[in-house]
Amino acid sequence: MSALQKMMGWIDDRFPLTATYKAHLSEYYAPKNFNFWYFFGSLALLVLVMQIVTGIFLTMNYKPDSELAFGSVEYIMRDVDWGWLIRYMHSTGASMFFVVVYLHMFRGLMYGSYRKPRELIWIFGVLIYLALMAEAFLGYLLPWGQMSYWGAQVIVNLFAAVPFIGDDLSLWIRGDYVISDATLNRFFAFHVIALPLVLIALVAVHLVALHEVGSNNPDGIEIKKKKDANGIPLDGIPFHPYYTVKDIVGVIVFLMVFSAIVFFGPTMGGYFLEANNFIPADPLKTPPHIAPLWYFTPFYAILRAVPPMFGSQFPGVVAMGLSIVLLFFLPWLDRGKVKSIRYRGPIYKIALALFIVAFVGLGYLGLLPPSPVATILAQTFSVIYFLFFLLMPWYTSIDKTKPEPERVTG
Amino acid sequence: MKRLKNFLLLLMAVPVIALASEEGPALDKAPINLSDHESLQRGARIFVNYCLNCHSASAMRYSRMEDLGLTEEQIKENLLFAAEKPGETMTVAMNKKEAKGWFGSAPPDLSVIARARGSDWLYTYLRSFYRDDSRPTGWNNVVFDKVAMPHVLWSLQGEMVPVRKKEGEHEVIERLELAKPGSVTLAEYDAMVGDLVNYLTWMGEPDQLKRKELGLIVLAFLAIFFVVAYYLKKEFWKDVH
Repeated sequence: MSALQKMMGWIDDRFPLTATYKAHLSEYYAPKNFNFWYFFGSLALLVLVMQIVTGIFLTMNYKPDSELAFGSVEYIMRDVDWGWLIRYMHSTGASMFFVVVYLHMFRGLMYGSYRKPRELIWIFGVLIYLALMAEAFLGYLLPWGQMSYWGAQVIVNLFAAVPFIGDDLSLWIRGDYVISDATLNRFFAFHVIALPLVLIALVAVHLVALHEVGSNNPDGIEIKKKKDANGIPLDGIPFHPYYTVKDIVGVIVFLMVFSAIVFFGPTMGGYFLEANNFIPADPLKTPPHIAPLWYFTPFYAILRAVPPMFGSQFPGVVAMGLSIVLLFFLPWLDRGKVKSIRYRGPIYKIALALFIVAFVGLGYLGLLPPSPVATILAQTFSVIYFLFFLLMPWYTSIDKTKPEPERVTG
Repeated sequence: MKRLKNFLLLLMAVPVIALASEEGPALDKAPINLSDHESLQRGARIFVNYCLNCHSASAMRYSRMEDLGLTEEQIKENLLFAAEKPGETMTVAMNKKEAKGWFGSAPPDLSVIARARGSDWLYTYLRSFYRDDSRPTGWNNVVFDKVAMPHVLWSLQGEMVPVRKKEGEHEVIERLELAKPGSVTLAEYDAMVGDLVNYLTWMGEPDQLKRKELGLIVLAFLAIFFVVAYYLKKEFWKDVH
């Protein structure tokens, strides 16, 4: 026995190192037919790590103080060695996190990855998405620019629309009557420690649940149903080395897109870093047009599409909340006989296409200042968004599906 | 007669400021060239002489202008009026509260003004002041109506007056005309403002050229890495069918 083997034996007697490595990498059997859409899970993990690492370095020079915050960001951009790179990686990472998460979720919708037995993976995923939205919202206040300030003001005011307790609730969130130094400090605390901990824990359970039941695939069939004499799925390949080497290719392509943005257009024409956010926060000067960053605009458009009722914005807030809550019920709303879009009938394909049009359309409308035409469009898209979920039990059960293959294809 | 001809020629250099839709007046394209060190140095000089009395640039250190090809000595001798050491930031002595009393609003810090407003907006704005006796300062601006800032560069540009035209119910400004020439011609003035805006654009993010240079190297590295990774994947996946 070599010294290395001896040492591994010593560790394995005390900690399941080899067993963990086997269970999650070298003997975790993933379907061999993963396609392009299966890159985004590992990419989301990469962006999470990147956000945490760049975040740590930003925290070393950032000052969570309403007098100093804006200046400290510029200090990072100019006087901190490589500060501009770290900051742009973090700001670009925030938007790219949503890009990969949206594509990852779309993959789930296409191939029915939320269906039995993967309901919990999906629910943990939606929770990750919620935590990510909170994390992005809290972080956006920190540069203390005009959009940081007024965006936070608008969103926290949504809580004030809750009947009876609204005013106290929003006051409790802000810690002041307006967004102020107290708000900045608590948002900083939540952004750098509370939510990252929640995110990491949720990602861990998302992965544990995934590795318990095994990955879905573009055919939406269970590879564990067909095993060889050793109990290894016939259509499965060990995650390491097959998918590790494959994911490296995906990572490099992603990094090329990421670097192109960081180095050549970090503001992305105002979509990743808004021009107005280069003006320090001024509580006395409301900007004429306040729009959230692009990843929130679909929900912002739903909020604005609902007219105030009984003099209260609350119905809009409820609709916005509901649009996310519905995602949790997806595994039970879908009554289709097959999982993958490859074997679904035309009805689901049309429904999914309409849903994507509505979601992207809402995202676009949420960027624009309100106008009569935009409102009618946003209302139409909102109705489509909700009907996609609410009518799903009906239209998935009457859809004419094709027979699933015995083994994975392609 | 010759003076009239010159005057007419100058007029042609004045941008035709069309009051387009609700979007606000059309902006002129600023002549930005961040590798033109001479233009940036001229812009820095204008900035320090004319802007840095009321406006600060609190994120900008004087010493950073070494990136524009200036030596520490040159910075000290030519540009360091409001500070003692080149390592200091560009602050001003003007009290924000008093300034608010004088102008109605405190002059904003200009460190990242080019990123907030855009170079084209600044370039148009600085060339769009006109005489307006209804304003407390005596000046107004086509792209920033009722602006608090007076036309600081008026002795250079001269005095412009608006030429109005009827558009439906309203009277709008069609273009500006030179009423009283300044110490430089309008073409020279445009060039000076071009240099100043070039400098402001550089100051908004002094590392931006370095960023792009580095970007090319990073992308080249990733391209090579991609080829390696692609063939590695192919090799490993040979036995998967």
